[in-house]
Amino acid sequence: MSVAETPRESKILVKEMSWDPITRIVGSLGIHTEIDFTNGVVNKCYSTSMIFRGFDIFMKGIDPRDTHFITSRICGICGDNHCTVSCMNQNMAYGVKPPKLGDYAYNLAELADYMFDHAIFNDCMANVDFCEQMVKETNPSVLAKAEETLAPHSDVHGYRTIADIMRGLNPFTGDFYLETLQVARYTREMYCLFGGRHTHPSTIMPGGVSANITHQTCTDYYVRLMRYIEYCKRTVPMHDDLYDFFYQALPGYEKVGYRDTNLICWGYFDDPDYVDYSYANMTEWGRRRWVTPGLVFDGELITTDLVEINLAMRILLGSSYFDDWTAEETFVHKDPLGNPVDKRHPWNKVTLPKPQKRDFADKYSWVASPRMYDKRNDKYVACDTGGGPFARQWVTAKAGLVDIGYVKATGESIQMVLPKTANMPEMELEWKIPPWSNAIERDRARSYHQAYAALVALYNLEQALVEVRAGRTKSWNSFVVPDEAVSVGFAEAARGVISHHMVIRDGKVANYQPYPPTPWNANPRDTYGTPGPYEDAVQNTPIFEENGPDKFKGVDIMRAVRSFDPCLPCGVHMYGGGMVRKVMHMPTALS
Amino acid sequence: MSVTEFVPNQHAVEAVTAHVIWMTTGLGCDGDSVAMTSATNPSLEDIIQGVIPGMPRVVVHTPVLAYENGAEFMQAWYDAEAGRLDPFVLIVEGSLPNENLSGEGHWAGMGVNPSNGQPITTNEWVSRLAPKAAAVVALGTCATYGGIPAMKNNPTGAMGVCDYLGWNWKSSAGLPVVNIPGCPVQPDNTTESLLYLVLHLGGLAPVPDLDEQHRPTWLFGRTVRDGCNRAGYVESGQFATEYGADPRCLIKLGCKGPVVKCNVPVRGWQSGYGGCPNVGGICMACTMPGFPDKFMPFMDEDLAGAMAANVMKFAWGPMVRYFRQRSIKTKYDNEPEWRHNRNELTTGYQKRW
Repeated sequence: MSVAETPRESKILVKEMSWDPITRIVGSLGIHTEIDFTNGVVNKCYSTSMIFRGFDIFMKGIDPRDTHFITSRICGICGDNHCTVSCMNQNMAYGVKPPKLGDYAYNLAELADYMFDHAIFNDCMANVDFCEQMVKETNPSVLAKAEETLAPHSDVHGYRTIADIMRGLNPFTGDFYLETLQVARYTREMYCLFGGRHTHPSTIMPGGVSANITHQTCTDYYVRLMRYIEYCKRTVPMHDDLYDFFYQALPGYEKVGYRDTNLICWGYFDDPDYVDYSYANMTEWGRRRWVTPGLVFDGELITTDLVEINLAMRILLGSSYFDDWTAEETFVHKDPLGNPVDKRHPWNKVTLPKPQKRDFADKYSWVASPRMYDKRNDKYVACDTGGGPFARQWVTAKAGLVDIGYVKATGESIQMVLPKTANMPEMELEWKIPPWSNAIERDRARSYHQAYAALVALYNLEQALVEVRAGRTKSWNSFVVPDEAVSVGFAEAARGVISHHMVIRDGKVANYQPYPPTPWNANPRDTYGTPGPYEDAVQNTPIFEENGPDKFKGVDIMRAVRSFDPCLPCGVHMYGGGMVRKVMHMPTALS
Repeated sequence: MSVTEFVPNQHAVEAVTAHVIWMTTGLGCDGDSVAMTSATNPSLEDIIQGVIPGMPRVVVHTPVLAYENGAEFMQAWYDAEAGRLDPFVLIVEGSLPNENLSGEGHWAGMGVNPSNGQPITTNEWVSRLAPKAAAVVALGTCATYGGIPAMKNNPTGAMGVCDYLGWNWKSSAGLPVVNIPGCPVQPDNTTESLLYLVLHLGGLAPVPDLDEQHRPTWLFGRTVRDGCNRAGYVESGQFATEYGADPRCLIKLGCKGPVVKCNVPVRGWQSGYGGCPNVGGICMACTMPGFPDKFMPFMDEDLAGAMAANVMKFAWGPMVRYFRQRSIKTKYDNEPEWRHNRNELTTGYQKRW
C-alpha cells in the first residue's frame, strides 16, 4: 500500500454483506462479502459449503457395479451426469465397449439433459436477475432505457423492446418464463426415453443402456427435438439482444464476474466409431468427442489430451474441514501408461472429515480446493468451468476438431446451421470466442449451447436411427468385474467438468473420488491462499446497482455467481440487511 | 363475487393463505425439488395459481425457484418460527445428520446464528419449525428413511425425519409426519400429495390415509411388480437375459420390483414417459426403508426372487406359454372367416332383398 501524495482524507464505507441462501440454484449456496460502497467494488468474497455427506467414505468396499446408482445421488440436477460418467469409468475398469446404439443412447440422453438444464437454469433461474421486476428494483434508470430500446431481433423473437424481453422473464407471470418451464418438461421426457428417469436414471448402465430402444423411442425423441430447435431459433437472438443491451446501457459491465480465462473442459459425447473407453487410447478418442476436452491457462489452450489433463489434477486443502492424507496409503503410483501419479491426485485422495467451528481466517468450508497443476512454472491454477457452456464452446471452437456439417468449429468460433422447422426457415448462428470471461458471456454461451446440444443430438439421432433401421437394436454388452483395476471417467455435467476416479481391489471399491463441476468453481482459498473461482470472480466485481447500502440487493454479485450455474449444497453467512463492519479512513488517492 | 359455491366454504377457504416452507438443506441432493419442476398433475404453477376451486391460496417458499435471496428469502423461516405463517406445511428434503457427533462444527446448516456467527444446523431448524407446522412432509427417501447418506459406514449418522422427531410425533393439526419416498420422488407424487395436504388444511379432504411407514396408501399400496408391464412375462416363465433389447421380465438381472412398494410403473416417470422396469431399467428399490443397503448389489438377482422365477420358468410358465401361444396362433390372431370379398354373404345374416 503506497502513501498517497495528496493525503486528503475521506470516509470509505465498507460493509460486510452476505446472502444465504443464494436462491434459484440447486443447493443452498451463500456468499459472504466485504463491499466498498464508496468506490463501488467488492473487496473480499468467501464461498462456503455447509453440507457434508461423505460419499467417498461410505462407498469404500461396495461392489463397483453399484457405483453409478450411488453416485447419481450426489446431485439432484447433475445426477444423470454422475451416473453416466460412472458408467464410462466402469467401462474402462471392466474393459467393455457398448454396441454403437448404446453409445448413441448415452449421448442422446445426456444431450437432452443439456437441453433441459440450460433452458430451466438460464431462463427460470439465472435470468430472473435480468427480468423487469428485478431491474425495476435495482436499476430503474436501466429499465427506463430498456423501455425505449428496440430489440434488434424483434422480427425473430417477437419482443418489440428490451423491456418486453425483461417482462417475458418475470417469474411465474412472464410468457417466456412460463414457456421455458414447459420446455424443461418435454426435454426431460426426451431424457426419459433413453435414461428412464431424470435426474436419477434407471437405464444407464456400464456396458451400455438398458432402455428398450425402438423406432418409437426415436420418433418420440425426434418430434420433441425439432420443437426444441425452433425454440432455440427464437431464444438465442433474444438473449443476444438482452445481453448486448446490458453492455450498452451499463458501460463497464464486462467486469462483472470477470476473471482470467483459466478454463477446464473434459469433453463429452463420444463417437462410437472411435471410443473404446480404454485409458491407453483415451488421448485419441477424447479428441474425437463432439465437445472437445481442453485445459486453458490465461487464454491459451494448453492441451486437448485427456491423459495430460488427468495427470495435472490436484486436490488441495487449505480452508476446508478435512485433515490431510499425506500419511495415508498411496493407491496409484503410476497410471496405466506408466506415468507417475501425484499424491494429491484424486486416485490417491483419502477423505478425512473433521467438523469444526467456521472461521473465515482459517477453515470455512466442506469443499476442498481442486486445482490444475501448471508444470511450466510449478503453479496450482484455480480453473473454472465457465458454468459449462462457456468452457465447452471456448475449447471446442479453439481446438477446431469438431465438424459434423451443421456444427463446425473454426478455430475462433462455432458455426451452427439449424434446419427448417414447422414455423421457421433454416437459420445460421455463429458463436465467437469473446474477448473475456465474465458473467454475461457465461450466460450467453449457455443460450448458444442449447442450440449446439440440439444439433449434436440431431446428428446422434440420425446415426442411432441407422442402427435401429438396420435391426441392430442391441444396446448393452456384458462384462466381468476384475479383481484389480484403476480407472477414470471424464465427462461434462451441464455446468462443467465431471470426473470419477476409481481403484478396484479384490473386486471391490478401494477408492472412489467423484469431482463434479461446482467444487471446481465454489471452492475456498487453498493452501497457497489462492481464492476459488467464485471468490475470485466476485472480488473486484464493480457495483452497478442503484440502491445504496441500506436497500442493497447485490444483483451484480448474484449475476456473477449465477453465471457459473452453481449446484452445491453449500451455504454461507447471513447478516440481516447487512451491517456496517468498519468505516475506514483512507486517502482517496488509493482508490 | 358470485354467491355460488362450487365446494363447501369455497370463498372462506380461498381467502386463507397456506404457506409451504421447503427446506432442501438436509443431507440430500435437491433432486426431489428438481424433479418436482417437471410435474404436471398438478404442476407447480397449478398449485400457485389455484387450479382447484376452494384451494387456499398457496405461497411456496423454495430456494430452487424463489425470486428473493438471502435475508429477504429467509424471512419466511423466522416468520414461521414466530407463528406468523399460519397454516404452513414444512417440507424437509434430505436426511438429518446426527449433530451430536459434530462437536463444535456441523454436518448440515442454513443461515447463521447471530449470537456466535456459526451456522444454524438443519436439525435445529426442524426442531424450531416442526412444532408450529400444520403438517410436516418428509420428501424423498433421504428425508423419509435416511436413504443413501445413511448407508452403512456413513460418517454423519444420517437418519430420516421420523427417526429424528420420533415416529409418534404429531403436528399441531394432529397429523403424523407424511412420508413421500422415492429417489427422487416421482414428480406428480410430490405435487399431488402437496395439493392433497393443502386441500386437507382447507377442510376439503380428510386426513390422508397413511400406512405403517407413513406413506400415502393410494400411492404406495401396490408393489412395482403389481403394476409392471413386464409382469405378464413372469406368468409365462420368461426372463430377460440381457439389458436393453430384451423386453422380458428383469428379475434375473437384478430387478427388485416384487418386494418394492412404488407406483412408478403405473404412473410412468413424467407425463407417462419413462420409469424403471416398465422401460427396461431394473427397480433398485429406491422408495424403500431398507434402501440402499438391503438391495445391494443392485445388479444381482435376489435369492428369493430367483427361486420364484425358476418355479415359473421350469414348471407352470412353459405350459401357460404353450397353450397361450397356440390359442393366439390358431384362434385369436385370425379374423373370423365371414370377412371376405366373394359373391356371397357368410356372416350368418339371412339376406332379405
